[in-house]
Amino acid sequence: MSTRTAAASRPTPDTRPPGRKKSGKRSAGEGRMAAMLLSPTLLVLALVIAYPLVSALYQSMFREQSGLDASGFVAEGEIFVGLGNYTDLFVGESGARFLNAFGNTTFFTVTTVALETVLGLCLALAMNRAFRGRSFLRASILIPWAIPTAVSGLLWRWIFQSDGIANSLIGSEILWTAEGLTAKMAVIIAEVWKTAPFIGLLVLAGMQIIPEEIYEAAKIDGAGFWRQFRSITLPLVKPTLLVAVLFRLLDALRMFDLPFVLIGPGKESVETLSMLAWDESNQLRYGSASAFAIILFLYVALVAIVFVKLLGADVAGTKEVRALRRATRTRKAKAL
Amino acid sequence: MTQIPVLTPVETPDDAPQRVAWKRGWKSYSVYLGLAAILVYCLAPFYWMLVSSFRRTADIFDNTLLPQPFSAENYIKVFDGSTLFGQALLNSLIVAGVTTAAALVLGIFAAYAISRLNFRFKSVILGVIIATSMFPGISVVVPLLRLFTDIGWINTYQAMIVPNLSFAIPLAVWNLTTFMKALPFDLEEAAMIDGCSKWQAFRKVLLPLAAPGVFTTAILTFIHSWNEFIIALSMVNDPTVQTATVAISKFTGATEFQAPFGEQMAAGVIVTIPLVIMVLIFQRRIVEGLTSGATK
Repeated sequence: MSTRTAAASRPTPDTRPPGRKKSGKRSAGEGRMAAMLLSPTLLVLALVIAYPLVSALYQSMFREQSGLDASGFVAEGEIFVGLGNYTDLFVGESGARFLNAFGNTTFFTVTTVALETVLGLCLALAMNRAFRGRSFLRASILIPWAIPTAVSGLLWRWIFQSDGIANSLIGSEILWTAEGLTAKMAVIIAEVWKTAPFIGLLVLAGMQIIPEEIYEAAKIDGAGFWRQFRSITLPLVKPTLLVAVLFRLLDALRMFDLPFVLIGPGKESVETLSMLAWDESNQLRYGSASAFAIILFLYVALVAIVFVKLLGADVAGTKEVRALRRATRTRKAKAL
Repeated sequence: MTQIPVLTPVETPDDAPQRVAWKRGWKSYSVYLGLAAILVYCLAPFYWMLVSSFRRTADIFDNTLLPQPFSAENYIKVFDGSTLFGQALLNSLIVAGVTTAAALVLGIFAAYAISRLNFRFKSVILGVIIATSMFPGISVVVPLLRLFTDIGWINTYQAMIVPNLSFAIPLAVWNLTTFMKALPFDLEEAAMIDGCSKWQAFRKVLLPLAAPGVFTTAILTFIHSWNEFIIALSMVNDPTVQTATVAISKFTGATEFQAPFGEQMAAGVIVTIPLVIMVLIFQRRIVEGLTSGATK
């Protein structure tokens, strides 16, 4: 933290606020050392993040030619179509498929994250009251999180078999994994099962740093459980909860493994944007696949920005940084 | 806080002791009920996978709580060589292991620079590294699939390891930075006053102190890489190179309508068991690692 202020304000040695020089002076040597230490990381990220982004943008402006050309030969190569792949998103058959995938992605994200948040809060509340057996409980709550999503897809497909345990428990004969609303429900149930414990764990950690005295004071003032929850627990875990929800939102938007394994690729009722882009690239239609990937990236970025701006989720500790910067600036002004 | 709380007993009717006792009994009862519900919620599906994996093919559709009779038939079939599942496990181990090692090495250097050195654009660089972790996997896969096809990397380990770094590095840098920032600088400073160079202070003082954090980060990164699916699915189609998660998703029976559920469950158990063991041993560290970023 102390290092950030120095980085932000570039002080000369005399104006550096006293007591903030824990990390020593910023010298050219240190800058060079930092560059040396950071460059491998940044180089790899450039290859696996920046290059794909630029490459996808470029590729999304081309389209693979298919079929025969006028002289009867198989046409090879790609033609430049500009924004054609993007304008095609809203028309015709492929457009309908895109809109369906977009709708599914949004639907899954909203429903699963909402359910996970409520369930995760309940889990955290219950665990916060447990004193004995907490470590056993914590280990078991980590298991859904630790199971690979592909395995959990397989597991739930087995549970949701037409003659499987889910149907015999509720005494029904639902074809869960066939197309339709039941397939959507199967995905939502399996996803919530796996991720609600994650939210629960994060929220529990947030609850455990609330001092017990506050609750005792509330009890003396006659606040019941519900009132304590609403007026103490919820506001105080809100920052943690928001970060957890943001993580989950961004993760749910790129959902791929679970519907892919649980229901299968190319199923209309559960096809997400990730699955659609994957399918397109599998068909060697890199142009439209890239366009879908770019759209998904923009969607994720938009949700992240809107979420952080609207709800003020403090993900990278930026508020802290800003506050520190402001403090440094005022101190500097005073010193001058 | 202007009001001085007056200590009036909230209620003292005649039957108070009894009622309190009853209330307390009910309360602890409900707590245990809630905990039991959580246990069932978390473990029942996994338990069902375990039980099903020990059934014979003939009674795979039984709904008894224990396999009757108990049979290791599915496990024998999984490893009988026709599915290359052992190879797939080895591949997963190699890919996840190398990914973790590479992310840790790069992450330690980056985290040291961010937490201990003064330089320009630091918060921007940290922000960019964190932001990359939200990059959707498919947006990495589509362009790289093409690049790797061109340079002949399809069906190689590096075709999985390099893209894996797109989520492993942000995870490692983020965790390690949080951890190193929490470590006091005084010890290193003392070492440097005693004549250590910056590098020596890093290697001999900071690194041993940071070992628990490095270890936690290693566990988290390994679990994430072990569970990775979309990259491995796209970059590899040769069964001898594919990872375990992809291999079990492709387990199919003789016909489409006769999925080998027993074998799938057995394979699922085998893929999950290393993670379950890690969770049981290192649960405290894992929870710390997961929550350190969110609650600081």
